[in-house]
Amino acid sequence: MEAALALGIGILTASGLWLLFRPRTFQVVLGLALLSYAVNLFILAAGRLRTDAPPIVGKDAVDPALYVDPVPQALVLTAIVISFSTTALLLVVLLASRGLTGTDHVDGEEDDQ
Amino acid sequence: MSGWMQHLVIAPILLPMIVSAVLLVFDDRRRKLKRVVSLGTTALLVAISALLIWQVNGFDGESGGNPQVYLLGNWSAPFGIVLVADRLSALMVLLTSVLGFTALFYAIARWDRAGPRFHVLFLLLLAGVNGAFLTGDIFNLFVFFEVLLAASYGLVLHGTGAERTKASLHYITINIATSLLFLIGVAMIYALTGTLNMADLATSIPLVPDEDLMLLEAGAAILGVAFLVKAGIWPLNFWLPRTYAAAAPPVAAIFAVLTKVGIYIILRLSSLLFGESSGGAAGFANEFLMWAGFATMLFGTLGILATRKLTGVAGHYIMVSSGTLLAAIGMGGETLMAALLFYLASSTLAVSALYLIIEPVQRNADEEDMVVGMAEPVFDDEYTGAVEENESEIGVVIPGTIAILGGGFIFCTLLLAGLPPLSGFIAKFGMIDALIREVEISTDAWVMIALIILSGLGTLISLTRAGIDLLWTPAKDSPASLSVIEVAPIAVLLSACLALMLFAGPIYLYMEGTASALADRMGYIEAVRFAPRAGEVAP
Repeated sequence: MEAALALGIGILTASGLWLLFRPRTFQVVLGLALLSYAVNLFILAAGRLRTDAPPIVGKDAVDPALYVDPVPQALVLTAIVISFSTTALLLVVLLASRGLTGTDHVDGEEDDQ
Repeated sequence: MSGWMQHLVIAPILLPMIVSAVLLVFDDRRRKLKRVVSLGTTALLVAISALLIWQVNGFDGESGGNPQVYLLGNWSAPFGIVLVADRLSALMVLLTSVLGFTALFYAIARWDRAGPRFHVLFLLLLAGVNGAFLTGDIFNLFVFFEVLLAASYGLVLHGTGAERTKASLHYITINIATSLLFLIGVAMIYALTGTLNMADLATSIPLVPDEDLMLLEAGAAILGVAFLVKAGIWPLNFWLPRTYAAAAPPVAAIFAVLTKVGIYIILRLSSLLFGESSGGAAGFANEFLMWAGFATMLFGTLGILATRKLTGVAGHYIMVSSGTLLAAIGMGGETLMAALLFYLASSTLAVSALYLIIEPVQRNADEEDMVVGMAEPVFDDEYTGAVEENESEIGVVIPGTIAILGGGFIFCTLLLAGLPPLSGFIAKFGMIDALIREVEISTDAWVMIALIILSGLGTLISLTRAGIDLLWTPAKDSPASLSVIEVAPIAVLLSACLALMLFAGPIYLYMEGTASALADRMGYIEAVRFAPRAGEVAP
């Protein structure tokens, strides 16, 4: 499972980075979205991978070995919400830029080549 | 200490956030109400942060201060999120409040009409910045960073126009990407230490085994890049002058403190997590910070000399200031740290005043058709679509515009270039004094001294040139109008710098106390670890 997750994070990061350096604004937005998926998976991995272990701890005396670390899951939730909303905001700015400059190039003007 | 004083720590975050939410329900036609409420809020913030400084400085004023810890939700330290106000945090919060008050005051003259919901975004920005200064938890820091960034995206766009939209597209993209780096760094540090609380991290980092040390340092470095981009370090700062120049003047004036958020975090984390007693990771990245700081100073100075627009000069000056601070952080040492904090306060106030004074100075020159040195056609339309609605100026139009603008401009120049007798000089003198106090002065120290003096010279040349171009022009007709509302905040900022000079003694003592508390760090760690929960008695 480690290999699958590592491969997934790697592919998402690579695709995200490639898209991030493209000249079209929409590609940049997609690149940032892919990168944020990669980062979210990475945070999850920071809490060590466990299967069939609940993150919620009961009130009684518990054996921590039976549970998975709940903190990274809480962090991922926060990170998802934040990156989702900032991406949405970026989309609005993208549309405004398209409307004001008449092009979807990230610099607001086409290269002269 | 009991009762309401106990909740003083959270007030600088809660107050602007609540007022901002309330103002959202009023629409923009209730302009007067919004102005009164938001200005009142920022004034209250100044009072609160002054009180906070008085509270954390300790009543004896001697020892390591009296750090205030606020346990959110009454969870004890490493488990819940804490807010910590020590001398450094309180100082930064006061600086933010003063800048917030003056920038908002200035905006009332006309800029807040340039677009919708200015006051809401502005207060939200203040809440985010104060939160970043006060939090004692690195993930909570991320959340406050996002709050302040989200508000700053809106503020950069304030007034719209093609130039602002293009600049903010870059600004937003860069900041989202660095936020992702921030998260990667936080995740790596959490994976190795199992905690996100800063004080708890400080005690667990020395325990990290040697084989994991490289991973920890990689995590800290990735985390650091996120802050260094905010602080405007070379070569990650090309977005900065353009974004700040495109933003509306009061927005740029408050953005002067955003770079200092990055500096503050670097200062806090490097002293707390990688101080002298941090085992294998001690002194991590100090040398890198120093050289990167030198490079930033050099780049900023060249930028100041090369640019012919005043907003560009101010943007590059912010870089010089960041570079100086980062290099000084990298070099370390308590006396240098005290001078650094003094420089931080002085340069932030001065550059904010410069941003506010640029616009009336430019306007004056524009109206006399004497726009010299503004050859770049790209920027011709900079303020179109902004506030050209011809409403009558609010407040009394005062005579002697040129005299007031010129006086303020000279004052700013002296402050920024670090010439005596103003606070900029005291700060630079303090730094150089700290550097040559060693018996054997290292090459690094000489480089630093040379760069401090050179950057001051560059600033002086560039601002003098701009002043001659813009102010020493024959006044043909009546000079451009200038309202009291615009002059007052500039005067407040400059007199704050004057106060820094006049009360340099006690203020310097405070800075020295802050520096020794930073170097000692046990005061901070113990205050957090032994913070009593509500309803318990302190041990």
